[in-house]
Amino acid sequence: MLIAELPDFMDDIAFQGLIGLSMAMYLWLISAGLTIIFGVLRIINFAHGSLFMMGAYLAFTFYGQLGLPFWLAILLSLLGVGLLGLVMERGFLRRIYGIDEAYQLLLTFGFILILDDAVKIIWGGVFKIPAIPPFLDGAWRVFGRSFPVYNAFVIAVGVAVAVGLWALFEKTWWGRIVRATASDREMANAIGVNVPRVFSGVFVFGSMLAALGGALGTPVRVVAPGIGAAMIIQAFIITVIGGLGNLKGAFVASLIVGILSAYGTLFFPVFELFLIFAIMAVVLLLRPQGLFAR
Amino acid sequence: MTTELLKTEGLSKRFGALAAVDGVNLTLPSGRLTAVIGPNGAGKTTLINLITGSLLPDAGQVYFKGEAITRLASHQRTRKGLSRSFQLMNIFSRLTVLQNVLLPVLSRHGSTLKPLARVDDQAKAVAEAGQILKEVGLWEVQLHPAGALSHGDQRLLELGIAIASAPELCFLDEPSAGLTPVERATVLDLIRKLAVERQTTFVIVEHDMDVVFSLSDWIVVMNRGRLLAEGPPSLIRENLEVREVYLGEELSA
Amino acid sequence: MADRSPRRLTALVGLLVLALFLLPWVVGRYSVYLAIQILILSVFSLGFNLLFGYTGLLSFGQAGFFGIGAYACAKILLAVPNLFLGLGGGVAAAGVAAVVLGFLSVRHTRIYFSMLTLAFGMMVFSIAWKWRDFTGGDDGLVGIPRAPLEIPGLWSLSVATQERYYYVVLVVSLLAIWAMYRLVHSPLGLTLQAIRDSESRAEFAGVPVRTYRLIAFTIAGLYAGLAGALLTPLENTVTPGIAHWSTSAEPVLATLLGGVHVFGGPIVGAFLFFMLKDIIVRFTQYWLIWLGAIVVALVMGFRGGVASIFARR
Repeated sequence: MLIAELPDFMDDIAFQGLIGLSMAMYLWLISAGLTIIFGVLRIINFAHGSLFMMGAYLAFTFYGQLGLPFWLAILLSLLGVGLLGLVMERGFLRRIYGIDEAYQLLLTFGFILILDDAVKIIWGGVFKIPAIPPFLDGAWRVFGRSFPVYNAFVIAVGVAVAVGLWALFEKTWWGRIVRATASDREMANAIGVNVPRVFSGVFVFGSMLAALGGALGTPVRVVAPGIGAAMIIQAFIITVIGGLGNLKGAFVASLIVGILSAYGTLFFPVFELFLIFAIMAVVLLLRPQGLFAR
Repeated sequence: MTTELLKTEGLSKRFGALAAVDGVNLTLPSGRLTAVIGPNGAGKTTLINLITGSLLPDAGQVYFKGEAITRLASHQRTRKGLSRSFQLMNIFSRLTVLQNVLLPVLSRHGSTLKPLARVDDQAKAVAEAGQILKEVGLWEVQLHPAGALSHGDQRLLELGIAIASAPELCFLDEPSAGLTPVERATVLDLIRKLAVERQTTFVIVEHDMDVVFSLSDWIVVMNRGRLLAEGPPSLIRENLEVREVYLGEELSA
Repeated sequence: MADRSPRRLTALVGLLVLALFLLPWVVGRYSVYLAIQILILSVFSLGFNLLFGYTGLLSFGQAGFFGIGAYACAKILLAVPNLFLGLGGGVAAAGVAAVVLGFLSVRHTRIYFSMLTLAFGMMVFSIAWKWRDFTGGDDGLVGIPRAPLEIPGLWSLSVATQERYYYVVLVVSLLAIWAMYRLVHSPLGLTLQAIRDSESRAEFAGVPVRTYRLIAFTIAGLYAGLAGALLTPLENTVTPGIAHWSTSAEPVLATLLGGVHVFGGPIVGAFLFFMLKDIIVRFTQYWLIWLGAIVVALVMGFRGGVASIFARR
């Protein structure tokens, strides 16, 4: 490569990094939900990725098919998935809290099977992607390339969620209750916290975060059956890298994976798929508890 | 002849800002039944965890029969002759009582990795396990699933599993917790008997002062992660600091 | 897990084995095909349950090893049409993969372990899907011969007909079942169950827990690989779908149906699985939703499985 080409190359790198950053936000949203639920309820919802997928399908239906305003479509899909999460937790998971955690995993694995086929039954196969809402359309000139405004929007949402979660758990009353329940549920119960209600609330909250990730992708990502399983695996890998139950770790790990995947697509397209597993394997070997383990 | 079985030097473990165990220097000779006492949070269980390998220390060393075992895995410490029982019941609940005790015996014999042999054919091991069950008084229930035993019998089984590894040094974490007075007496008699017959040195962590003073040859008092005092029961009883910190609580309770 | 009346049970099993040997004479072609699939799933599920019921490790990625066994067998048979080599190679490849992936997975707590197995299983699926040059991509590999059993230069037995192949699968499966039976009743089996019941207790009984978990994981991988390798010559094709997590669900469901804590549970469950699938598939193409619903129903209500009704607790 000639010296003269260096500035272009640097631009490419920087640009691809931004692309990766926006990709990372989807990973962040789904992992945040998973991490929060695990941190408080100590369960892993295998169907969490399916909730992401449901968020995408619902938003597609409201925005792409029914023509509702974008913000309303997102809101409705959050509510829809929140309701689904409530049914999962109250109707099923709550009844088996006491028993071997393996059965909780089996239950949520059953949910993936159901939801994956359910979307095929209700919505059929793959879709066209609806148009980007006009006020988020267009592109900015960044690093000599066209950077879609929508990607910047996604980055903004992701960062806002990160800041919002921090503020929520550090500063608010509900946040403190949740943290107390997470660290010692018996103690929380003893001081009058309605632990079952906190559990439901957290489960619904986490599910809605996943739905937000799915819904945000509607105008730019293809909605198809099977992305539920793909996303849960990505979320798992993020938590392996960041440390299970660690919100900060999930954020950083999402950035790492998102940005590295973007570079992977640019430089090593063949291995891009393998990349995320390779990162996970390396972390497992060198620091099995995760980069930010407690 | 007594040997120095265990020695810790400057053993420390912190959890965040809390020093659960703070620079403990402890020596345990063989043949002396020792009790470790102290108020809640004194660090007794953490100390046991560090010595037995459930936790790794932040600083300090642990020596067993002169050999440094500070960073050895628990199963390796068991192989060397160090074992323990647990405060919260920790038995193989789906296995039969006999199988519970058989496992440590098989492990000691190095027979656990035979994939096509029959368990029932391991005659020597089965006989040894049976013998242990007789000693702890669980021979009659040997084919019952361990989870179905009464609480008191499960404690006896815990003891049986711990001694099945033929340890020279055995840590018992609150062996009499949750037992009726009758059950407690049984367990204590058993510990005394086993100490003599199997030449096992027991170290018990206990809250019950009656147990402590009736059973032990030596008492170690901990407070806030440190060794406060140690000595024969009569001396400890008289020790003012100890009375203040600990027995005072007991007396006024 | 004591047998209630060993003589009666042995007699029953003996009758069943006899019936299996006589099967092709009594039933039609489709039923023999179904029987082969049930035997394959039995082997697959026995391996899965060694991990789950006996060692307490729940793996959602066994299809990864199933797929490796199937693809390895396929590649070998396409190059050297010798069934011994195909089956042996499939098992060996799956075993090696199990050791490697197991090493990364068993050092973790059970939840983490389960997550990792799902991820690794799908990793195998992704490789099978994308690596066109080697695996044929989403088209898979076709034209795989149902190669003869052969000791080069000495002896050769054609198994081209379905009946003959049925007997191959039957003999191999019976051997695998027998081996697993001996294993779970051996000191190794006892050790694994102890690890399941109390990892810390086992550790203090002198058992290097991680090592034994890895052994269990590897054996489960070998069984999955054998099952996969047996499937390839039956269908004469392999596609990436056999490494998908929905395939990993099959031994899970079979074991739940038949009984987790009974040796024969996975085998009974494999039979029930195909009976159910056969019925459901006649009404709808959406088979997974039913599979999921059955899993949910079993977990919520009926965790013992069918066979536990007949076994002494």
